[in-house]
Amino acid sequence: MTATQAPGKAVGAPISRVEGGLKVRGAATYAYEHRLHEPVYLYPLQSTIANGRVTKIDASRAEAEPGVVVVLTHENAPKLASTDDKELAILQSGDIGFRGQFIGAVIADTFETARYAASLVEIEYDENEPDADFRADRDDLYTPEQLNAGFETDTSVGDADGAFDSAAHKLAATYTTPREHNNPMEPHATIAVWDEDELTLYESTQGVFWTQKTLAPLFGLDAGKVHVISPHVGGGFGSKGLPHANVVLAAMGAMLVPERPVKFALTRHMMFTVAGYRTPTIQRVRLAADENGKLSAVSNDVVEQTSKIKEFAEQTATSARMMYDSPNIKTTHRLAALDVSVPSWLRAPGEAPGIFALECAMDELAIECGLDPVEFRIMNEPENDPESGLPFSSRGLVECLREGAERFGWNGRHPTPRSERDGRWLVGSGVASSVYPVYSMGGNAATVRANSDGKYEVEIGAADIGTGTWTVLGQIAADELGVPFEDVEMKIGDTTLPNASGAGGSSGITSWGSTVVEAVRSLREKIEADHGGNIPEEGVEATAKMPKNPHSGDFAMYAFGAHFVEARVDEDTGEVRVPRMTSVFAAGNIMNAKTARSQFMGGMVMGLSAALHEESVLDTRFGHVVNHDLAEYHIPTNADVGEMDVSWIEEDDPYVNPMGSKGIGEIGIVGSAAAVANAVYHATGVRVRELPITPDKLIS
Amino acid sequence: MKPYRYERSEDVSGTISTIAEEPEGAFLAGGTNIVDLMKLGVMSPDMLVDVRRLTPDDVEETEDGGVRIGAAVTNSDLAAERTIRSRYPAISEALLSGASAQLRNMATTGGNLLQRTRCVYFQDTTTPCNKREPGSGCSAIEGHNKNHAILGASEHCVATHPSDMAVAMTALDAFVVTHGPDGERRIPIEELHRLPGSEPERDTILEHGELITAVELPPTAFFSNSKYRKVRERASYAFALVSVAAAMDVEDGVIRDVRIALGGVAHKPWRATKAEEALRGEPVSEANFRAAAEIELEDAEPLSGNAYKIPLARNVIVRTLSDLSEEGR
Amino acid sequence: MDAEITLRVDGEEHRLTVDTRTTILDALRERIGNTSPKKGCDHGQCGACTVLLDGRRVNSCLTFAVAHDGAEVTTSEGLAENGELHPMHRSFIEHDGYQCGYCTPGQIVSAVGMLEEVGNGWPSHATENVSAEGNAGLSDDEIRERMSGNLCRCAAYANIVPAIQYAAEHGEGVERGGNA
Repeated sequence: MTATQAPGKAVGAPISRVEGGLKVRGAATYAYEHRLHEPVYLYPLQSTIANGRVTKIDASRAEAEPGVVVVLTHENAPKLASTDDKELAILQSGDIGFRGQFIGAVIADTFETARYAASLVEIEYDENEPDADFRADRDDLYTPEQLNAGFETDTSVGDADGAFDSAAHKLAATYTTPREHNNPMEPHATIAVWDEDELTLYESTQGVFWTQKTLAPLFGLDAGKVHVISPHVGGGFGSKGLPHANVVLAAMGAMLVPERPVKFALTRHMMFTVAGYRTPTIQRVRLAADENGKLSAVSNDVVEQTSKIKEFAEQTATSARMMYDSPNIKTTHRLAALDVSVPSWLRAPGEAPGIFALECAMDELAIECGLDPVEFRIMNEPENDPESGLPFSSRGLVECLREGAERFGWNGRHPTPRSERDGRWLVGSGVASSVYPVYSMGGNAATVRANSDGKYEVEIGAADIGTGTWTVLGQIAADELGVPFEDVEMKIGDTTLPNASGAGGSSGITSWGSTVVEAVRSLREKIEADHGGNIPEEGVEATAKMPKNPHSGDFAMYAFGAHFVEARVDEDTGEVRVPRMTSVFAAGNIMNAKTARSQFMGGMVMGLSAALHEESVLDTRFGHVVNHDLAEYHIPTNADVGEMDVSWIEEDDPYVNPMGSKGIGEIGIVGSAAAVANAVYHATGVRVRELPITPDKLIS
Repeated sequence: MKPYRYERSEDVSGTISTIAEEPEGAFLAGGTNIVDLMKLGVMSPDMLVDVRRLTPDDVEETEDGGVRIGAAVTNSDLAAERTIRSRYPAISEALLSGASAQLRNMATTGGNLLQRTRCVYFQDTTTPCNKREPGSGCSAIEGHNKNHAILGASEHCVATHPSDMAVAMTALDAFVVTHGPDGERRIPIEELHRLPGSEPERDTILEHGELITAVELPPTAFFSNSKYRKVRERASYAFALVSVAAAMDVEDGVIRDVRIALGGVAHKPWRATKAEEALRGEPVSEANFRAAAEIELEDAEPLSGNAYKIPLARNVIVRTLSDLSEEGR
Repeated sequence: MDAEITLRVDGEEHRLTVDTRTTILDALRERIGNTSPKKGCDHGQCGACTVLLDGRRVNSCLTFAVAHDGAEVTTSEGLAENGELHPMHRSFIEHDGYQCGYCTPGQIVSAVGMLEEVGNGWPSHATENVSAEGNAGLSDDEIRERMSGNLCRCAAYANIVPAIQYAAEHGEGVERGGNA
C-alpha cells in the first residue's frame, strides 16, 4: 500500500502513515523527548485538601537537597497578566479549589531529585469541609447560561410532558454515566524555555495555536512571542485540547531559570487531577410512542457536574434534539458546582454520554412496543432535522442500520432476553445508533509551495494526535495538485506555520483540508497567472485562508452510524466479554481507508471501555479520584477486544466541504456503549442503567 | 523517592547480617512491587539488598518426591515449568492469570508472596491508612471498598492480599523456607500471611531480615487435578475480584480429599477449611459444593461496596469444584 | 547515591554514573538519549516502557538501573538493523497497528519477546490446558492474552493481532512460535 499512488488517486486509498517508520522505532519525537541543552526537571506540589487555603509553606529541607535549583510557590511565583481563568491562574494566592491543585513546584537537575525534594516541602493548610458529593437531588443545582460549544441549555418543541402522559407506550428511566478520564498513553508533557521575553513550549497538544493563544495573555505576551512545537502527540482524546494548568506551571517554572529548558510531564496519577475529565451525568430520559411505535415524545433532563472554580457544561442532551422524529422534544441541563477539578472534553463530549442514555431508552421502548430495535429506529427516522427544520446534507442512518444488520447477522435474532447460551455463557446481541455533528473551526490558513523539481510542500499548524493528519492532508493536497502522493511533503505542529485550529470536535480535516484545497487552488491560479503555467526555477508559493462554506445554514450536517454488538455474560460470575462488534458509518467521503478504519475502531473500543470498565471513583470525604492509576482505572487490554468489523457506506455529500468528508474521530465512541448495554440486557434480562457494567451489577 | 543505598552480598548469611543492622533496609528481588511503592512514597527504605542472584532460580525434586522452588525463580519460568504444569497446574494457572508477561518475567517466587495490598488508600500517602501509617485510621471501611475483604478483616484494616500464586500454593499445602537472623525455618504457607487484627502493618509473620529462600510443595498425587479460577473486571492484566484455587481427589463419585483456597476475599490467601471438611467423603454433586461454599462463607461480613463477593465466591467455588470433579473422574 | 554501571543498549556499550533511584527507563531516556521506550505510567501498568532485558521483555520503569550493571538492553530502535526496519516494524506499519504511536515501540518489543516465549513452549492464560505437552500455538486469542501487558488507548488491538500474525508468518528472522 506504500507503493506509488497514481496522481489524483490518493484520497481514499489505504496509504500507510507517513511517520510510521519513526513511530515503530520509537524515533518520532514527542514533547518530552526534544533534546535540549542542560535541562532541569520540574516536579509539582499538589494540594492535599479540596477546599481552603495554604497557610504556610516550608521549603527549607527541599532547598537544602543537593541538585535543587529552585522551589516555586505562590509566594515567589510570577504574577500573571490575566487571572480570569481560575483553572489556569495558579499560584496567584494560597487559595485552593480542588484536591490536587498545583500549589508549587520543585525544579532540580534530575527528575529523581525533583521528585524527592517535592516530598520534603512542608505545607500547612486552613481547611474547609469539601463539597464533592454529586447527586441529582441537591437543592443547589443551577442552570448554565449556555453549554459547551455554545449550545442552548434547555430546549422545548411541542409539549413533551403532555404527550408523555397520554401515550400508549412509554418509558421513563434514569441512566448514569460516571466520571471518566481521557488517559492518553502519553501523559501531558511540556518543555518550557524562556529567552528574554519569548517563551518556547515543546508541548503535547491538540492545537499549537490553541496553546499559544491561551498562554500568551496569561504572561502578557503577544501571541507571536509564544512558540509552540508539537510534531507528534501520544493521544489526547480531548484532554490536550484546552490547555491545562500543567503548561502554565512549566512556563512559570521556566521563568525562574531563564534560558534553561524546564521539563515537566504529568505522572499517571496527576492525569487524574489536573488534565480534565468527562463529567459524570445523571440523565432522566422519557420516551413515548403511539400504538404503532411512532415516537410522540422525547425528553432528556440532565444533571452533571462542574467545578466551583470554572464552569464546564457538557452538551449531553443535544443529540436527543435531532436524532429521531418526534413532534414533542424537550431537553434540560442542570449543573452541580463542586469542590472538584474542572471537567473538560473527552471524545464526543455530549454525544457519548447522551446517546448512551437515549439509545438504551430506545432499546427499552422498542421492547415495550414489541418491535425489533432496528425497525423501531428506522420507523422513527425524521425527514428533516427535528431541531432546526433544515434538510440534512446527508443522513445515512437507515442505510447503516440495514447494512450493519446484514453484516452482523441480526435478522432472525430471537427477541426474548436470555434465550441463547453457550455453556455457562449467556449470549445476546444489541444495536444502537450513532451520530456526530460536522464541525468546522475558523482561523485556518495554509501555504503551498511548488518547487521546480516537481515536489510540493504544504504548511499548516495542524495537529496529528494519532488521527493520521500527517498522511491525510498530504493525500488531499496531492489530489488537488494532481500529483503523486509521494511528491507532497507536509509540515504541521508548529506555530511558525500558518495559523490553524486544533484537533477537536472531529473538525480537523474539514477545517484544515478545506484550507489546503483553497491554498492549492490559489497556487494553481498564481502559477497560471504569473508564470504561464510553469513552476519557476526559484519555486512559487501561495497562502490561502479557509473559505466559508457556502452551504452552511442551508443544511443540518451530521455523520451517522450503527453499532451491532455480541455480548457474552458468564452466568456464575457476571463477567462480560464482547467477542465481536460490527459498526457501519455514514461519514461522507473517507479520506484514507486504512487510518479511517483505525480511528472508527478506536472510538468503538473506547465506547466498549465506557460500557464495561471506566469509572473514576471520587471519594467525597477527600474530594479526589482514588483509583487514580492504570491498575485500578481499567481501559481494555488486547484480550478485551474481539473481532472488529468496521465499514462505511458510500456517501456523496457535496455540501459539507470540498472533500465531501465528515469528521470521524468521535463518531465511533458514540452509541457503542449503548449497543453493549443493550446486548448485555438481551443476554441476561438484566438492564443495567449505570455505567460501567461490572460483574457486581450482574451477579446474583 | 528517598535516596537509598544499593547493596549486593555474596551469600545468604552475609545478606541477612547486612540487613539486620539496617532497620530501614529491605530486600530487592524482581522489584515489581517495591519499586512501585517506593515511587509512591509508600515504602522508603534506606537500603536495598539485591537478593536476585542469592537464592536458587531453579525447581528441583525433594527427597519426599515433592518439589522445591527457588525463591528467585521468576513467575514466568515457574508457570512454564513442566513439573509444575503437570503436577500442580493450579499454580501455573494462577501465575499466568496474574499481572502481565513483562511483570512475570521480572517478578520472583519469593517476592510474589510478599506483595503488598492494592488497597487504593494504602497506595496513596495523602489518605489515612493503618497498614501504611499505624494509628492513622482506615479510609476504606467508609470509603471505596469494592475490592476489599469479606472474611477475617478487622476494624483496623479491610485490605486484601493481591497474589494469585499464593492462593494456589495455599490450596496445595506449600511450605515456605526462610533464612533469618535466628536461622532457617519451614513455615506452612497458611501461617505465612496474617489477618490484620490490630497490627495491619504486618502482612506476614516474617521478622525483619528474614529472607524467603524457597517454596516447597508436597508430593500429593491428586494435586495434578487442581485448577485456578480468577474473576476480574477485564479479561487480562487485572487483580482478582475473587479467585479460587482447588484440588480434588474423586473416586467412584465420592470426594476422597479436597483443597480449596480463596483469593481477593481476605488479608491473606483464605484456606477454606470448613468447606473442605464438609466435602470430604461426600458424593460429588453441585448441591454439596454449594452447601460447602455456603458454610465457608457463613462468616463473611461485607462492607458497603463488596457484598457481591459473597455470591461471587460461592458461585466460583461451585464452578471450580464442578469442573474438577468432571476432569478428575 | 550514585553508582557506576555499564549498560549495553541496542548493541552499544554505555558506561554511566546513575543515581540508585534511576530506572532503566529513565537511564535510557534522560541519560543515554534513547527515547524509544516510553513512559506511560511509570508503575508497570501500561507496558509502554517494554524493553528486552537480557533477552526477556520487561517493564523498564520498574527496574533500577543499578541492579542491572552489565545488562543487555534492546529497544525497538535496536530491532532495526543497519537502518533496515525489522519485519515486526514493517508489519505494524502495514497493518496500521498504532495511531498515536506512543505505546508502539513497547508493543513491538513485546511482540518480539512474546514470539520467543511461544517458541519456547511457554503456556499462557489463554492456553486451554497448561498440563498438555507441546506448544500452545499462536491463535489470535493467544496473541491477545500474551500482548495484554501493553495498553493502547487508541485501541489498535484488532490491528496489532494480525500485524503480529503476519510478522510471525512471513517475517524473516522472526521466531515463529508454536505448531499452529
